[in-house]
Amino acid sequence: MLAFTLKRLLSAVPTLLLVVATTFFLIRIAPGGPFDSERNLPPDIQANIERSYHLDEPLLQQFGRYLKGVVRGDFGPSYHYRDRDVSDLIAESFPVSFKLGMTALLLALLGGVTAGVFAALRRNSFSDHALMSLAMSGISIPNFVLAPLLVLLFAVHLNWLPAGGWRGLSSVVLPAFTLALPQAAYIARLTRASLLDVLGSDFLRTARAKGLSRSQAVWRHAMKPTLLPVISYLGPATAALLTGSVVIEQIFQIPGLGRYFVTGALNRDYTLVMGVVIFYGALIIMMNLLVDLLYAWLDPRSRQKQ
Amino acid sequence: MNGGGINATVGGRSLWQNAGERLRRNKAAMFSLWLLLVFVVLVVAGPWLAQHDYTQTNLSLGSTAPSLAGGHWFGTDALGRDVLARTLAGGRISLLVGLVATLVSLLIGVFWGAVAGYCGGRVDALMMRFVDLLYAMPFMFFVILLMVVFGRNILLIFVAIGAINWLDMARIVRGQTISLRHREFIQAATLMGAGTLTIIVRHVIPNLLGVVVVYVTLTIPQVMLVESFLSYLGLGVQEPFTSWGALVNQGALEMETAPWLLGFPALFLAGTLFCFNFIGDGLRDALDVKSDEDGW
Repeated sequence: MLAFTLKRLLSAVPTLLLVVATTFFLIRIAPGGPFDSERNLPPDIQANIERSYHLDEPLLQQFGRYLKGVVRGDFGPSYHYRDRDVSDLIAESFPVSFKLGMTALLLALLGGVTAGVFAALRRNSFSDHALMSLAMSGISIPNFVLAPLLVLLFAVHLNWLPAGGWRGLSSVVLPAFTLALPQAAYIARLTRASLLDVLGSDFLRTARAKGLSRSQAVWRHAMKPTLLPVISYLGPATAALLTGSVVIEQIFQIPGLGRYFVTGALNRDYTLVMGVVIFYGALIIMMNLLVDLLYAWLDPRSRQKQ
Repeated sequence: MNGGGINATVGGRSLWQNAGERLRRNKAAMFSLWLLLVFVVLVVAGPWLAQHDYTQTNLSLGSTAPSLAGGHWFGTDALGRDVLARTLAGGRISLLVGLVATLVSLLIGVFWGAVAGYCGGRVDALMMRFVDLLYAMPFMFFVILLMVVFGRNILLIFVAIGAINWLDMARIVRGQTISLRHREFIQAATLMGAGTLTIIVRHVIPNLLGVVVVYVTLTIPQVMLVESFLSYLGLGVQEPFTSWGALVNQGALEMETAPWLLGFPALFLAGTLFCFNFIGDGLRDALDVKSDEDGW
């Protein structure tokens, strides 16, 4: 297990490096520099500004400098929010996104697994069909379509919940629910398919043959193998939640990192956008790593396969 | 024309005939298929169907509610543009992105997966390590980055989205190819002296068709979702062009005063995604496709 952990940790390094390099060089091949388009500055002032951001150095040296900064958690100064460091902006706004994302993830897991197990145990019943149709709608309705509709219903017409902002528990409900729904739907489908698979397996029949009741057999023996695909989906789910929260934070005017990312993208605030991409990339990679370790711990077969 | 009555009544049934029959019994899939057909016909025939040009502004008719009598069945937006015409025009872009980007991912994915799976050994390991590496990338964020860097180029959207989605396709195709590799007809082709490329193109890829069809149907809605997501953020399709995502974005801004601006494009977008997903699900059941790579 230790060797496996070390191996997986090491394999995350090139991935992270690739993320940083791709981001850095993509920005550099962009037409025009970050300070070109403002007012027509005298050339020496322009040169001074560029020097102060180390833009006059050879590209590789700049990359080395940037990489060194990233390792220390320093993403450089923001081009748009003058006097602010990207790291500060991230440190300030990420906790909000984290709270939103974690709430959504928990909601999605709880709702998805419950619905999936329920549907699988009542296969082809009315409730199975109803739940799975609901899940299909959850997957098919983009959350930026759902969000305004929910706001219209619960905030504007019924006036039960705030339409946006980030104050108090009530302001978390709508955004977390909207963010969670597609993932819950996916997890429900995954759980249902997986449990149906397990229900047809030999070891479960053996458990029943030994005299366990259906529910005993399901709870004691079927749950663990059923949840394995769900666990391996946690990595992609995290990525989807981070991406989704970009839109959700925009709609509900939540002061999280996702919103900074969009404004950064629209303002061409290169360092901010780079910082967020690398930060989120690292987060996704870490989550995948965690999931792999969890998986290996739960399922010894996957360790041997490596 | 054969003499034996037995042969005439028994007759062989191909895999596809069986699958077609199973699909026809799936009500949700069949309904989706018909509904999708209606959507597609409407969207493709849009320019001839709609009585108004989708870019035509008419400030005296700003934000009129839907009415049959007024000639604007879906109402108009703040600039007096016909929402029906805009919804149909947006659908053309959304569907086009869905199809083209899926095609891009299909071409790369099938080729990559088939070569890796067929060659096996070190080539396979290397090619799939590359896929694994890319899998861990925060792609959505790279796409946004690309849009920022290169401006909102519609061609770029196609390529960028397609380039993301080939990874799944490659994994699935590889798994299938490995199971095909040792089958007798491939061995026979090898014995007859066919080259690797010929075998892949002539014998492996045609046998992957079932899996590929299923995943194409499921990739199209994913791709459309990505496009609408980008357009929603204002990073996708730009004026004068429009797409369902862009229309939903504009509609959401005025949903309290003019809900039809949000409602109609949202209905078309969600409806189309719904159809594709149901058809894909139905096809998967009908063709009994199970990918052994992704575990579900």
